[in-house]
Amino acid sequence: MKQVLDMDILDTAIEWDTSGLKLAIATVIKTWGSSPRPVGSLLLVNETGEFVGSVSGGCIEGAVIQSALEVIKEEKPRLLDFGITNSQAWEVGLACGGKVQIFVENIS
Amino acid sequence: MKSETLKQIQTDRREKRPVVLVTNLKSGQEQLVYPDDLKTKDTNLELWTAAERAQRMDKSQTITIDGDDLFLHVFNAPLRMIIVGAVHIAQPLALIASLTEFDVTIVDPRRSFATPERFPRVKILHQWPDKGLQSLSPDRRTAVVTLTHDPKLDDAALSIALKSTAFYIGALGSKKTHDARLKRLNQQNFNDTELNRIHGPVGLSIHATSPAEIAISIMGEVVTQLRTNW
Repeated sequence: MKQVLDMDILDTAIEWDTSGLKLAIATVIKTWGSSPRPVGSLLLVNETGEFVGSVSGGCIEGAVIQSALEVIKEEKPRLLDFGITNSQAWEVGLACGGKVQIFVENIS
Repeated sequence: MKSETLKQIQTDRREKRPVVLVTNLKSGQEQLVYPDDLKTKDTNLELWTAAERAQRMDKSQTITIDGDDLFLHVFNAPLRMIIVGAVHIAQPLALIASLTEFDVTIVDPRRSFATPERFPRVKILHQWPDKGLQSLSPDRRTAVVTLTHDPKLDDAALSIALKSTAFYIGALGSKKTHDARLKRLNQQNFNDTELNRIHGPVGLSIHATSPAEIAISIMGEVVTQLRTNW
């Protein structure tokens, strides 16, 4: 099992960037209530959809990766909110009942 | 984020220099703030103060300055665990601590105990514990755990650990062993307040018996100390 630490994620970012891949990085910037990943947790996505790291227990990763791919194209940062007050979040299933805010930006 | 910023953060982390990445959540503009750099303190006191505090508490957070939401992402020096004694319990403890993102070093002068085969992927120091600990100089991001059961080795390590700022010091041994240990250290002129820093018997009380279970109880105590006593 290869363990992915936050330190390794930034190393992977440098590696992918050096190899010419376009990337975006998502950071957990705020959490309320129960949330599986602490503030500062990272998820790195490249233009092919490959990713390392996590910003939740797996429940919102799909939606964050989708946004990251759009951020890679638009080259503009985004602030994402997931939580029980957000109906869209229910669709992607933040079932733990917590709320989380995620900042997604491209790396250039 | 600019790739230069990314590279700078990794360089800082490798050189164990605490750094705070400040990102404007609207524009995406970023800057690196070093709590040790007093120039930033002079030019932007409000930002520097917030960054320094976030770094000291090891707590990334969002702040608002002049109506701008800024995310302070703290990149601290890695957490370290120094395990004294390459004994059986040290094997699962080294593994669990590594998974918890601690940079683990095993200190044991006995070469037959501290082998890379028994401790893959962690650093091993074949030195007498007082010398070993001195060279590793434990800091506020370091936990020290003694496991040898041998006063010659454990006491040597503890006497250095007690003089450091290590956030956690734990010593394996029964209540009786621990009382005897405290008596010996007291004779080395450590007072009660200093000796109270030693967690002994080591670990949370979870009725652990196997080496892996004991390792879990120790790790639980280390995490509790880390997250509650800054």
